[in-house]
Amino acid sequence: MLILHCPYCGVDAEETELAAGGEAHLKRFGPGSDDDQFHDYLFMRENPKGVHFERWRHANGCGKWFHAARCTTTLEVFGTYSAQTTEPPKDIRDAISAKRPGWKWREYS
Amino acid sequence: MSTRLANQGRLIDRSKQVTFTFNGTTMRGYEGDTLASALLANDQMMMGRSFKYHRPRGVVASGAEEPNALVGLGQGSRFEPNQRATTTELFDGLSAISQNHWPNLEFDIGAINTHLARFLPAGFYYKMFIHPKPFWKHIYEPFIRQSAGLGKAPDKDSRDADTYEHFYAFADILVIGGGVAGLQAAKAAAQSGAKVMLIEQTAHWGGRAPVDGGTIDGAPVDKFVEQTVSELEAMDNVTLRLRCMGAGVYDHGYVLGYERISDHKPGTQGPRHRLWRIRAKQVVTATGAIERPLSFAGNDVPGVMLASAMRDYVVNWGVTPGERVIVATNNDDAYRTAITLKKAGVDILRILDARNAAGMLADEARALGIRVDPGRAIAKVKGGKRVKKVAICNQDGIGGAREELECDAVAMSGGWSPVVHMWSHCGGKLIWDEDHAYFRPDPDRPPLGANGEGFVVAAGSANGPLSLGDVVADAHAAGKAAAKGAGFKPKNTKAPQGETTDEASMEAVWLMPANAEVQLRMKSWLDFQNDVKVSDVQLAAREGYESVEHTKRYTTLGMATDQGKLSNINGLAILADALDAEIPKVGTTTFRPPYTPISMGAIGGEARGEVFQPIRQTPMHNWHDKSGADWEPVGQWRRTYAYVRPGESVHDAVNREVKNTRENLGLLDASTLGKLIVKGPDAGKFLDMMYTNMMSTLKVGKCRYGLMCSDNGFLIDDGVVARIDEDTWLCHTTTGGAERIHGHMEEWLQTEWWDWKVYVANVTEQYAQVAVVGPNARKVLEKLGGMDVSKDTLPFMEWRDGKIGDFDCRAYRISFSGELSYEIAVPASQGQAFWDTLMEAGKEFGVMPYGTECLHILRAEKGFIMIGDETDGTVIPQDLGLHWALSKKKEDFLGKRAQERSHMTDPDRWKLVGLETVDGSVIPDGAYAVGEGVNANGQRNMIGRVTSTYYSANLDKGIAMGLIKHGPDRMGEVIEFPGTDGKSYKAKIVDPIFYDKDGEKQNV
Repeated sequence: MLILHCPYCGVDAEETELAAGGEAHLKRFGPGSDDDQFHDYLFMRENPKGVHFERWRHANGCGKWFHAARCTTTLEVFGTYSAQTTEPPKDIRDAISAKRPGWKWREYS
Repeated sequence: MSTRLANQGRLIDRSKQVTFTFNGTTMRGYEGDTLASALLANDQMMMGRSFKYHRPRGVVASGAEEPNALVGLGQGSRFEPNQRATTTELFDGLSAISQNHWPNLEFDIGAINTHLARFLPAGFYYKMFIHPKPFWKHIYEPFIRQSAGLGKAPDKDSRDADTYEHFYAFADILVIGGGVAGLQAAKAAAQSGAKVMLIEQTAHWGGRAPVDGGTIDGAPVDKFVEQTVSELEAMDNVTLRLRCMGAGVYDHGYVLGYERISDHKPGTQGPRHRLWRIRAKQVVTATGAIERPLSFAGNDVPGVMLASAMRDYVVNWGVTPGERVIVATNNDDAYRTAITLKKAGVDILRILDARNAAGMLADEARALGIRVDPGRAIAKVKGGKRVKKVAICNQDGIGGAREELECDAVAMSGGWSPVVHMWSHCGGKLIWDEDHAYFRPDPDRPPLGANGEGFVVAAGSANGPLSLGDVVADAHAAGKAAAKGAGFKPKNTKAPQGETTDEASMEAVWLMPANAEVQLRMKSWLDFQNDVKVSDVQLAAREGYESVEHTKRYTTLGMATDQGKLSNINGLAILADALDAEIPKVGTTTFRPPYTPISMGAIGGEARGEVFQPIRQTPMHNWHDKSGADWEPVGQWRRTYAYVRPGESVHDAVNREVKNTRENLGLLDASTLGKLIVKGPDAGKFLDMMYTNMMSTLKVGKCRYGLMCSDNGFLIDDGVVARIDEDTWLCHTTTGGAERIHGHMEEWLQTEWWDWKVYVANVTEQYAQVAVVGPNARKVLEKLGGMDVSKDTLPFMEWRDGKIGDFDCRAYRISFSGELSYEIAVPASQGQAFWDTLMEAGKEFGVMPYGTECLHILRAEKGFIMIGDETDGTVIPQDLGLHWALSKKKEDFLGKRAQERSHMTDPDRWKLVGLETVDGSVIPDGAYAVGEGVNANGQRNMIGRVTSTYYSANLDKGIAMGLIKHGPDRMGEVIEFPGTDGKSYKAKIVDPIFYDKDGEKQNV
């Protein structure tokens, strides 16, 4: 039963208020993409033991989507941030580096 | 015999007698008794039988860890199996029955299993029931089912008469356990000003320290408890709950508390159990320690008990489990039992101490005239339903008896294990403490909270310390640490001084005697409830089960309802020895919540009956209900399946509605259809991405049917879209899809195209919507007057705002039936009045309401697809012949790229066709079409399946739609659908439009 801070309405929301939305920062491929690109976009997901970036929706609250940076083993939350971004913001990455030096996730570190 | 003593019993009130029954026999006890202590007072030592061998079993413990004394409590709608007698408070009229025996507790047929024990070793079921295969269904499974399960399930027709509730609570610090450690930790924490909640599973504060003796700050422990409780009660920032167990510790400081409010006074007003859903910044686990049994032959005979439990029965309830008692131990603490019993007038025949040297308590025992035999052990306890004799041997031998003593009870102590469950539930790690032979919480690896810091602190004996002084000091420090962890500044206070007799160190004894021969090991129980013995674990090790988790499942060690509270450490020590590994290398099994079983009622709370899931109702719901509605759940709604008239079957009603709507006039409550407003400068662009067809070009005042796919190409919803004004669209969704599609739109808007200027609002419940359908539809609307609904002013697939009669409305000229049809939306508050008006005005035109089954049949006659019938998450628009709804002009829409993938363009995909049975019968729902040949499993090859199948009263025959391989290319071919009824249905592949192929009826 996680608690995540909703960056939109400011509520520290319990998991029962939230809906998980899978991996964050996926890049959509549409018409014109080749089969491999499209396949990876649809199906290939990170499954890390450690730092992970996820999408959550404050479904039973303000209804807004946001992103969370979280450790999948200790459940430590490094921060939550706007869903209107294509990559983890610097302050979040710095917060992770302070706790997990040398972390890596997709092309980010 | 076990009997009530003339004095002692700090928890009972001898002035208040209580009457209860056990297996129908009336017995007496006192207020303050547990069921277990009262049974012992009535010399009822045998309280149940074990699970596998049906061996006679007596109570072995005095608290939550009890594995044996499980009973069925209450009667009828209050019956509950598997209740621990040790934690059941006695009340007047209590009725208990023992379990797991037939025909009765004293004489049990299943006990034959104990003589077959050598044929029922670990993994017996896995080994025995493999071959021959045909035996499984008719012989093995019925046999296992009959002997499986502990206790008796409540009568299937009765409903729990009690109520339950959930409470939410928030605390800076939650302290689990109200013994001296919990009380002191709570006090130290609360002195910082933090909000503290303290919960205790029993009905009394103080835990077992008052039984064990000693002093705190010079006063008896009872005094300390009393004073600390009254101090805590006086603090505004402290909440105290008795009879409230910490059931589980979860992520980020979430804890479940299980409060048994009225188990001890059933039938009183209010809920029976309360589930506390607690959020705490810090959790202190002051859950104490549990004594371990010793593994010697016959350690399961009724009358063999934990030494601490025996002491509890004497001190707390004034009951002695025996008159001639032998004590076996590997530590000093059990001497307290011998001393306590001796002082209460019970004969202590021997203290058999597996060690060679004991501490000061031994001197005290000897001074009382108790004989202490160092280096001695129990070779075997003899007796069936009751301890009769004990054979005594050397601990370091194989069990050759030196002497035999007659006695009627045995107290055993194998040392203590901290209760680390709460610490471990959420990932706290343990370390093995060699000196005390126990696992204790590793303070460097606590469960971590959201900030990456530990949020659980173990306190008192749950953290390892066992002597009173250490326990209180540790708890004081834990309370302060928790306050600090929660962001408070602890007060600079000193811990109270606890004093008790010093103890010499214990020595690990995992088997008694150390080299016991196999006949003894086969009778040395580890798990009492599930009948797992030392020899079973050793066998598992020999057979290659090296992981403790595998051994647990193979032998069922620790899998009973007590979850191995007594057996775990002994079992894994035996396993470690058999594997020649160190205990910490073998490790423990996983501790999982709840700590002890909690009631299903408490988990459900108020969510039962009508409030289990609230039903959504349209404004006309009550009218339908009064008008014969046969209800059908659709999403969270209830919709009318058919309006059944007196004397009609549901089937008759459907047929009547189907014919009447085509011939006269039908009304459908369509209010449940989703209505989403999509608005903004980029709304058109957005809808072009959401729908497969073009919505941006739709003219104001017009409607268009649209399909929605997910980005992997599959159909997820459909519906009619109306353009309201330049930047506003109204999208109809399926009844079950409104919330889902609203969420789908929000997701893409918020996470992919967040710079597009679009708002989406779900206005489904703002409107009541009525479909006015049939050849007389226009007539009834014209009779009511108002807006012009003529063919020229309101043509097919257009909408207009206006008035019908006195009602403000929006009329859509759309049809899901193929008839002349208007769907008219009015404000929800006007829904019932509008419906009444239509029903009244429609009388002369033959109006009848119709339900969802009629709706389905009418659309199937027209070959219209239904999301959820023709689609199942694997179907794309191309499968359904809906190419016309796929825009070729648009560069992109959700699903477009996916529909170009090789499997999606495979010509072998099953495609939609109509199916007409050769003999007019109705193909069964869900039937598959079979073709030539068989597959690798010898089953007939499938070439398709039915998606919708109905009896059409209009056509007087069975009609169906289905997805068939190469279907559209096989028109006229007859294919076969085997039914589960043994019959085979032959159907001709036809065009899916069965009725009014040219659409003349809707376009008038």
